[in-house]
Amino acid sequence: MLGLERKDTLLLIAVAFITLFAPIILNPFPAGSALAQFNAGYPDLMQRFVIFGIFAIGFNILFGLTGYLSFGHAAFLGIGSYSAVWMFKLLSMNVIPAIVLSIIMAGLFALVIGFVSLRRSGIYFSILTLAFAQMSYNLAYSVLTPITNGETGLQLTLSDPRILDGASTGGLPVTSLFGAEMRDTTTLFVGPWSWDFSVGYYFCAVLMLLAFYLSVRIFRSPFGMMLRAVKSNQQRMNYTGLNTRPYTLAAFVISGMYAGLAGGLLAAMDPLAGADRMQWTASGEVVLMTILGGAGTLIGPVLGAGFIKYFENIFSKINDGILHQWFAFMPDGLENAMVAVIHPFIGKGWHLTLGLLFMLVVIFLPGGLVEGAQRTGRLFRRRDKNADHVESDAARQRAAAE
Amino acid sequence: MRRQNFSRRGLLRTGAIGGAGLALPTIFTSSASAFTNNPTGSSVTLGFNVPQTGAYADEGADELRAFELAVEHLNGGGDGGMLNTFSSKALDGTGILGKKVEFVTGDTQTKSDAARASAQSMIQKDGAIMISGGSSSGVAVAVQGLCQEAGVIFMSGLTHSNDTTGKDRKANGFRHFFNAYMSAAALAPVLQNLYGTDRKAYHLTADYTWGWTQEESIAAATEAMGWQTTEKVRTPLGAGDFSSYIAPVLNSGADVLVLNHYGGDMVNSLTQAVQFGLRERQANGQDFQIVVPLYSELMARGAGSAIAGIPGSQNWDWKLEDEGTKAFVKSFGEKYGFPPSQAAHTCYVQTLLYADAVTRAGDFNPCAVVEALEGFEFDGMGNGPTLYRADDHQCFKDVVVVKGAENPQDEFHLVEIVEVTPTEQVTYAPDHPMFAGGALGECNPGA
Amino acid sequence: MDAILIQILNGLDKGSAYALIALGLTLIFGTLGVVNFAHGALFMIGAFCAVTLQKILTLSVTTIDPERTDFLGNPMKVQTPYVENWFGPEMGATIIDWAVPLAILLAIPVMVLVGFVMERGLIKHFYKRPHADQILVTFGLAIVLQEVIKYFYGANPIPTPAPSAFKGSLDIGVWLGFDPYSIIYPYWRLVYFFFAGIIIAGVFAFLQFTTFGMVVRAGMADRETVGLLGIDIDKRFTLMFGLAAAVAGLAGVMYTPILSPNYHMGMDFLVLSFVVVVVGGMGSLPGAVLAGFLLGILQSFASMNEVKSLLPGIDQIIIYLVAIVILLTRPRGLMGRRGVMEE
Repeated sequence: MLGLERKDTLLLIAVAFITLFAPIILNPFPAGSALAQFNAGYPDLMQRFVIFGIFAIGFNILFGLTGYLSFGHAAFLGIGSYSAVWMFKLLSMNVIPAIVLSIIMAGLFALVIGFVSLRRSGIYFSILTLAFAQMSYNLAYSVLTPITNGETGLQLTLSDPRILDGASTGGLPVTSLFGAEMRDTTTLFVGPWSWDFSVGYYFCAVLMLLAFYLSVRIFRSPFGMMLRAVKSNQQRMNYTGLNTRPYTLAAFVISGMYAGLAGGLLAAMDPLAGADRMQWTASGEVVLMTILGGAGTLIGPVLGAGFIKYFENIFSKINDGILHQWFAFMPDGLENAMVAVIHPFIGKGWHLTLGLLFMLVVIFLPGGLVEGAQRTGRLFRRRDKNADHVESDAARQRAAAE
Repeated sequence: MRRQNFSRRGLLRTGAIGGAGLALPTIFTSSASAFTNNPTGSSVTLGFNVPQTGAYADEGADELRAFELAVEHLNGGGDGGMLNTFSSKALDGTGILGKKVEFVTGDTQTKSDAARASAQSMIQKDGAIMISGGSSSGVAVAVQGLCQEAGVIFMSGLTHSNDTTGKDRKANGFRHFFNAYMSAAALAPVLQNLYGTDRKAYHLTADYTWGWTQEESIAAATEAMGWQTTEKVRTPLGAGDFSSYIAPVLNSGADVLVLNHYGGDMVNSLTQAVQFGLRERQANGQDFQIVVPLYSELMARGAGSAIAGIPGSQNWDWKLEDEGTKAFVKSFGEKYGFPPSQAAHTCYVQTLLYADAVTRAGDFNPCAVVEALEGFEFDGMGNGPTLYRADDHQCFKDVVVVKGAENPQDEFHLVEIVEVTPTEQVTYAPDHPMFAGGALGECNPGA
Repeated sequence: MDAILIQILNGLDKGSAYALIALGLTLIFGTLGVVNFAHGALFMIGAFCAVTLQKILTLSVTTIDPERTDFLGNPMKVQTPYVENWFGPEMGATIIDWAVPLAILLAIPVMVLVGFVMERGLIKHFYKRPHADQILVTFGLAIVLQEVIKYFYGANPIPTPAPSAFKGSLDIGVWLGFDPYSIIYPYWRLVYFFFAGIIIAGVFAFLQFTTFGMVVRAGMADRETVGLLGIDIDKRFTLMFGLAAAVAGLAGVMYTPILSPNYHMGMDFLVLSFVVVVVGGMGSLPGAVLAGFLLGILQSFASMNEVKSLLPGIDQIIIYLVAIVILLTRPRGLMGRRGVMEE
């Protein structure tokens, strides 16, 4: 189906199913119950899941296939966001032109930066991309403030021209797709549960499915094979008289455009573009997402993205008061002891938990979360070589390549 | 419409499958209520969005303490703190409009993106009806914009940039903290008394919007009293080592160094300026001086003995003598064992002001709250008589001018109060050029 | 002229810190082949050794002074450090005053121990793993270490002043025939510069002139052959990790009077030190030192008003700009070897 092999089709269908029913899947606990704290099914976070999923999928096309580790991909995310917000300010609140421009701009920057950086390989390439991204960040934060609005971030104002929409009256206009407002949300209450279905989420989700489909096609195409060949032995490729650089550059530009799309979508969901998006920590985050999920696998980066965003948004919000509620059933002394033990890991300590989990995952699951899923899968299933999970060959290839 | 039909059908199916114990599902849409997150139960949720990681984490922790104290007092716990001294007597310790106050917390990370994500989750997931907190202007402006769009009230925490209630002002946003213009207006006369009118100032400024507005304000105010500005140098945020910016000051012909830095930058630039011996130097026949326009007692602690004698300004200080301050310091000190910072104070007061406005309006609707806060005059909150100006949602009140203590008796007495500058002196017109270019717009109740 | 000289001094001073961190990073990379993202955290832990010693020295007995009152109006609690009780007020105050230099004595064993534990407990298992995994696990470790420090010491910078004997500044200009006060430089920064010089010289001498160093250098060149000769190279590499950690830690201890330590100072230095290492050439110790000083000096020049007015914002990006130019003109950095980290 769709030019895919059967197992890839199954994977795509599974991803599509999960994405479309995410509002229900991610809210497994009834609203108002003590565990509702762990629900992630609210529009903003779900949007972030799929947007950073797109970002990581794109990064994986470069890193997973060619092995080139870019440490500056956040720059393209930021450029995408700035382009999109400028489009909202100047042209129209419709998201289509904004997203198109953000993909194009990110692609152009990726072409230039990639052309220069790909002259080197290994860590020299990483540092070149890092240097470009940090330069963009530092300049966006200070000297380029007229374009980027610096620390505060580029925002919409009432006085923007918005040529196609005409002057706005009253409040700030909202981003929309031909009239369907991105922030429009329908909430369903079923018994004690409540599920939010938002226009913005489904818009992002559809784009992510397209992006995912495209990445599967790239992985399975001759172009993808060529990129893997670059990863396993670039020298040999060069000796056979083949110039690899156009291929790697193409991969770099494609992954830059994915990042631009993600940046544009971030701005389309919430029309603000901050310089923080381009900082090296943001570049590092996408590297972590990809490796954590399983570099070189199709679904891994999406899982990694979800994992990190979940921690950032859910764990940081658990505070002592909530802990006391959870353990309220215990005797007082025990309750306080439990809270004291858990306290350093939640709320303001969410970074600590994240750091520990990074270490645990890397130490025990070298192939990332995908490998973890496979191992658990194997526990429950008789080992059958032919019915092996679709991801395993990607994971195996990765292990072999390194 | 079609999507809703689809949802209903899908839902009925789910209901039928898992149905045994489930009652027939009822379907509401979120647009049923008049405004965003209308509290319908017995409690109301406030969102406290403070930096818990990053350079301002300690300030964030202090803000959180103040919020917890404010909620305790609103719900009738503790000794009531400033509720006893507040000039408005609408609050009676039974929550807000009889609803118990609950709160959720989040981490801004001092990044506009993360702060917005955190605030967004409070609004969408936890049903927060008001967002407060924060320790930087970038975050305040970003979250204020979000609250305007989402239709909830934003009571900003520590934010000192002119822009928050200037070009980025919003109808749903309110600032109790003072701003760079007020700092400059309050400091200038004190500087004149201390150092005279014949001075040449050299500015080192953190290279981002807050730094720029403060540099502009201070330069304008000091030039008005006769000082010259020899140089304005921008330093990268988080530079760490400022030596290459400080060294040229020595031979620039300037005799005053103005450090438009905050947080870690302030600690480092000030310590290093003192190490370079600036304070022992003479220039133009006068003693060389250093000025730090925005002070923070937490940062003063970081700079240690370097702050001795350095003048600056604060929104509030726990050593003030009025009844409101005393009540607040007492309840905060007894609960946590040390006096509150100005960040804690502004967050505490903002929470009480919000609760009071809702109570006086008799309605949680953001537009009713805006109406109740606009032009509201109050007293007993530690800053003397205060006005929440309707034109820009900025509080106008006295400004505290302080200087670093020479021989602090303990770590809580690092700064001493020089003067309390009266409100009239720091008031400006709503259309002052430094605040121009913004519009409040209309209040947005959301939904 | 004097303006340029003073910026050269500033650059040397900045460069000392960069060079020391980059030196340790290169030692670890060159010997063990591990990309250590936790190296910034080692620098930070070193700085907190100074903070810890200062805290230990100022551990106090609490007595109640009924004459004075605290901020709540209760009787004042007066803290007297134990050292002042034991050695008398003056001697005690002097000891506290010298906390930072004394912290070197504490930092050396602590850092070597931290290095050993890190290498034996974690890094050892990653020698054969891809660099990406090494980066991820050490990055995770860096986060954990800094969060632990934050848990105990808070997020605010902590003042750690230099001994009062080093508080002033030296008028170097007079020596060189300039007008008085044209080039003055703080004593402690000069101390830091000489300290860095000694450490760098020491590390080089150690590798050059001792048998141990010779074996390690041989191991850096060809690990397998050295192993075949029956030399336990692993044990020596563990020691090298301890040494690298100690170098980073000492750099941190001595830097505290210049930069009040906070828990994220390691991350702030991490990216920069990687740029330094790469510009110098991966695996080259002289390259790391050279690049450290070069970037320090260029950064200082870029911060001058004259330069900034020509190219606004140049001081923000100079390091990265130089890195790009050097990597494009010299493929393996200033002194890098072929084939290192290029797979």
